[in-house]
Amino acid sequence: MPPIRTDSEWLRGEGDATDVVVSSRVRLARNLANVPFVNRMSPAQRLNTLNTVRARVESLGLHMTWIDLHRAPLSERTLLVERHLISLQHARGRKPATGHAGTGQTPTRPAAEEPRAVAFTSPDERLSIMVHEEDHLRIQALRSGLDLAGAMAQADDADDRLEAGLTYAFGTRFGYLTACPTNVGTGLRLSVMLHLPSLRLTGNIERVKHAAGDMNLALRGFYGEGSEAAGDFYQLSNQTTFGKSEAVLLRELTGEIIPRVLDYERAARRSLLNRRRADLEDQVFRALGVLSRARLMTTEEAMRQLSLLRLGVVCGLFGAAPDARDRATRQPGDAESAHPDGSGSLDLATVNRLMLHVQPAHLQRVLGVEMDQDRRRAARATLLRDALAGV
Amino acid sequence: MKCDQCDQEATVHELRVTGGKRLERHLCESCARREGVAAQPPASVPELIEKFLHQAAKPPVQTAAGPACPRCGLAFAEFRETGLLGCPDCYQAFEAQLGPLLERSHEGGTHHVGKTPKRAGHASDPASAVAQERDDRAARIAALSKQLEQAVAGEHYERAAALRDELRRLGDPACPPPTSAPPAPPTGPTN
Ligand SMILES: [Zn+2]
Ligand SMILES: [Zn+2]
Repeated sequence: MPPIRTDSEWLRGEGDATDVVVSSRVRLARNLANVPFVNRMSPAQRLNTLNTVRARVESLGLHMTWIDLHRAPLSERTLLVERHLISLQHARGRKPATGHAGTGQTPTRPAAEEPRAVAFTSPDERLSIMVHEEDHLRIQALRSGLDLAGAMAQADDADDRLEAGLTYAFGTRFGYLTACPTNVGTGLRLSVMLHLPSLRLTGNIERVKHAAGDMNLALRGFYGEGSEAAGDFYQLSNQTTFGKSEAVLLRELTGEIIPRVLDYERAARRSLLNRRRADLEDQVFRALGVLSRARLMTTEEAMRQLSLLRLGVVCGLFGAAPDARDRATRQPGDAESAHPDGSGSLDLATVNRLMLHVQPAHLQRVLGVEMDQDRRRAARATLLRDALAGV
Repeated sequence: MKCDQCDQEATVHELRVTGGKRLERHLCESCARREGVAAQPPASVPELIEKFLHQAAKPPVQTAAGPACPRCGLAFAEFRETGLLGCPDCYQAFEAQLGPLLERSHEGGTHHVGKTPKRAGHASDPASAVAQERDDRAARIAALSKQLEQAVAGEHYERAAALRDELRRLGDPACPPPTSAPPAPPTGPTN
């Protein structure tokens, strides 16, 4: 097994607007012509397209690591989900149960170990290609901070290279043809992972959810479709993929919608800092207290407390504030805020890294042992205590 | 974690600070809805499609099989069950049903606008391919012009600018509004 990497793209804490935007992601759904969609492929067809795509990917010269997921142990697949390289659905090998789960008819769904794979660039993991998820190909590009345009350019380039040796299913009216009509047309899903603790603390998160719905956007949990928001992290993405060009979809999100959400969250932070500073500091330093002293810790609690810690970092409660932090919290005329006495320094990259390492599969990989849930809770608490000892 | 009010798993977590007091609640979905803590977000596209499919599924019980895709054999009724089509040809086979469905769930979109694979244009008959491309472009220009009108009406100038760029790229430098297109009901995010 490859050694654990601690520098995954989305947690570097670099780039634009990192006080709110953890990462940016672009995903293109593509299918091959003259082959049924994944849910209706025979095992022989699956192996055939898997080989075709693999040969194509390897000819691109992009230095991609290829993993056959149907042969990978569950711990490995979970690790890839935690690193946001594959979806939960792809790890499980089947579509998550939705409203029609009650029909009990799943013969057309892929069984758990049907041939499927992921390829990703190594070591930067910025580009990944899921093979036989819901569509034959899902091309994904990931960036730290707010950089949808950069991610878009990389995904688009990979798409061009792949297409030069593959024939895509494409129709003049419906565009890129996808297994589910929710992705048809451009096949493009743009998403940003947002950290919105102040909107929740000030009771405004529901307004953002409603606004997102009104604009045909989805606000989902930490691991995308079918997951909950963990520790105030939300994925905001377009729902419309058909009838608007890639450029228009990109401009809508980056030009209109994201700036507004950034403004809301930053205004809420300023309001917390200016009007309820004692409350804010109390919450942040209580979280630090729990994280640096607790003996047992669930993933859920760790994410909740780390979210508050992250809020403290971006509000400048730990050491010097970088530019993004300044923009987030300072208004013209604001005096430089004094740091609370005795607090050590803590940066975004550290908090982001801990957010990844407290996840079950990463925790076991970091410590090099498989553990049951009880032992993981103890090990997680120890890892956090060690990491935050000097803060 | 259990719901504060019943035995179900808590999926809605709320943390509020009022007057320096920290109020934490963990509720299951149904209790949360009753308490009005976290109203469900507006229906997403998959939900809309599902709702549509269930509505559409109700009346024609007798036509269980319905039309089927000649290529992969998928019956439209199966698509209603799973939400997934069987093969690329399904889009042609079910175009009449899918058109209105997509228009509803994709903010009024009727035709693909945007990237086209370079290899997609290789039709066997070059004359018909050219004609097809011309029709296609006209449809895209009409769709974009409609969106542009809506964007301007809704004062979404960023979007309008992007649409105008797109129209220019398609060889429509004047970007005139289509005279033939009927006035569309506002379907964009402006309403
Ligand atoms: Zn309950
Ligand atoms: Zn078909």
